[in-house]
Amino acid sequence: MSLNEQVLSYPIPNDTALEPPAEWAELRGTCPVAHVKLPSGDQATLLTRYADVKQVLADPRFTRQLNAPDAARLSAEGGGVFNSEISTIIPDGGAEHQHWRRLVGKWFTAKRMAALRPSMTEIAERLIDDMVERGQPGDLKAGLGFPLPVYVICDMLGVPAADRDRFSYWSDTLLNLTRYTQAEIEAAQGEFFQYMSDHLAAKRAEPGEDLLSELIAVGGPEDGGLADIQILVTGMALLVAGHETTANMIGKMVSMLLADRSRWEALLADPSLIRTAVEETLRLDANSGFGLPRYLPEETEVSGTVLPRGTTVVCSMAAANRDESAFEDAAEMDLSRSPNPHLSFGAGAHSCLGQALARTELQVVLEVLLRRLPALELAVPVEELERVEGLAVGGLRTVPVRW
Amino acid sequence: MKVIVDEVKCCGAGQCVLIAPEVFDQREDDGIVILLEPEPGADQHALVREAAAVCPAAAIEVSEGA
Ligand code: HEM
Ligand code: HEM
Ligand code: SF4
Repeated sequence: MSLNEQVLSYPIPNDTALEPPAEWAELRGTCPVAHVKLPSGDQATLLTRYADVKQVLADPRFTRQLNAPDAARLSAEGGGVFNSEISTIIPDGGAEHQHWRRLVGKWFTAKRMAALRPSMTEIAERLIDDMVERGQPGDLKAGLGFPLPVYVICDMLGVPAADRDRFSYWSDTLLNLTRYTQAEIEAAQGEFFQYMSDHLAAKRAEPGEDLLSELIAVGGPEDGGLADIQILVTGMALLVAGHETTANMIGKMVSMLLADRSRWEALLADPSLIRTAVEETLRLDANSGFGLPRYLPEETEVSGTVLPRGTTVVCSMAAANRDESAFEDAAEMDLSRSPNPHLSFGAGAHSCLGQALARTELQVVLEVLLRRLPALELAVPVEELERVEGLAVGGLRTVPVRW
Repeated sequence: MKVIVDEVKCCGAGQCVLIAPEVFDQREDDGIVILLEPEPGADQHALVREAAAVCPAAAIEVSEGA
């Protein structure tokens, strides 16, 4: 039976941590608009070609209204981050979304990130020193990948990094599509909400130099600012966003580069490859998570296939990033690939707001690792690296390394 | 080479500034692109083409020649 006739389960099961499932190439070739069954049992339409994914992500007719009554539920327990109340408070599209983006976006410009670079470098060096002191083998994920982005985002939001274990749990419940019950998710969201309300009350009383204090200082909607609830949700969203995504990507990036040590050596010989190497690992991340779901309130066409209203589409950026029609030698890792218009941060008006931050963090981590631990290597065979299951954002359980 | 940017489409992702800081900047108050150099010198051409190719909002247009 061909993929056209059978209904594929999605996410597609994949045993290897760094390699893509074989189905992607087949889907791109023969079934670019595929029916799939989600963990909830609901049906959705999977897109895997570069041109289709790029078009759909940038097309406002494909909305984020996944709480519509006839939208597919992602998992039986609800949709985690995808269907949460949180996602409905920040405007989904149009002028209002653009207004929100611009108010928050000033904090994520390339220039601000360049200014943060020295302090990021210092944090990375300190974390690496601590890891070395604890002795080898060490877990690069727990020692560096997780704490670095948390320190950075906590600093930007003016929240104490000491509370990071609680953020980790809260963001895990929001991003994990299968591990928690609806009751656990609701309880965690309630606590998180309360924490952020208290934090904002404190900032109102005693403003700091941070993003949230400044959003408060702009005033309410009548002054061109955001409503209190929107500021609160923005704070929660940024903590979650600044957390798991980059943390997991640090572990995956380093694993991909060490999986074939000639890559690491090429970077040691020529550190000017760091920027393009980071982009190439983002492109080739086979374990990036669920992909992006979109909901169609009206009938629309993709690649010549008519999709009826009420369809839920899932865009697999990871599959699209390996499309031979968009990238030469798409399956090969080319550390100097340029340009590299991968879709790992999405595309269009909704594309990742934090991408300059994420890129800077990834570049800093790589630069410091190459300089401080040039002999770095994986402490287990690549085949033994284990994926974390169930997260909207994919990652590795641990990244054991020696140096 | 001539460069045009579309401020309405721009989503402030800052990719262009990370790649070609001599040609692009972002406004302080909202992160929207500023074109510093509408006719960049030859040493910038490759970077500008790269920035245009990867801009997530397709907000950078490059016309070659001239
Ligand atoms: C790879 C990671 C991510 C995926 C797959 C993802 C997916 C989604 C989806 C599907 C929605 C729409 C939910 C709905 O409308 O019901 C959404 C909304 C949202 N996400 Fe994410 N997201 C990711 C990362 C982030 C990050 C890192 C942030 C950072 C703060 C973030 C912030 C938001 C916000 C603020 C909204 C609502 C804003 C709007 O609709 O314009 N997301 N996300
Ligand atoms: C490697 C790390 C990261 C990846 C792969 C990633 C990926 C993504 C993706 C795919 C989206 C698009 C969601 C959609 O179109 O529905 C998104 C949105 C978003 N991301 Fe990221 N992200 C990363 C890091 C970050 C960081 C560090 C932040 C900030 C703290 C951040 C903030 C956001 C925000 C606010 C949005 C929502 C933008 C909007 O709705 O306009 N992301 N991210
Ligand atoms: S890369 Fe594109 S979207 Fe990003 S700031 Fe530059 S012009 Fe704007």
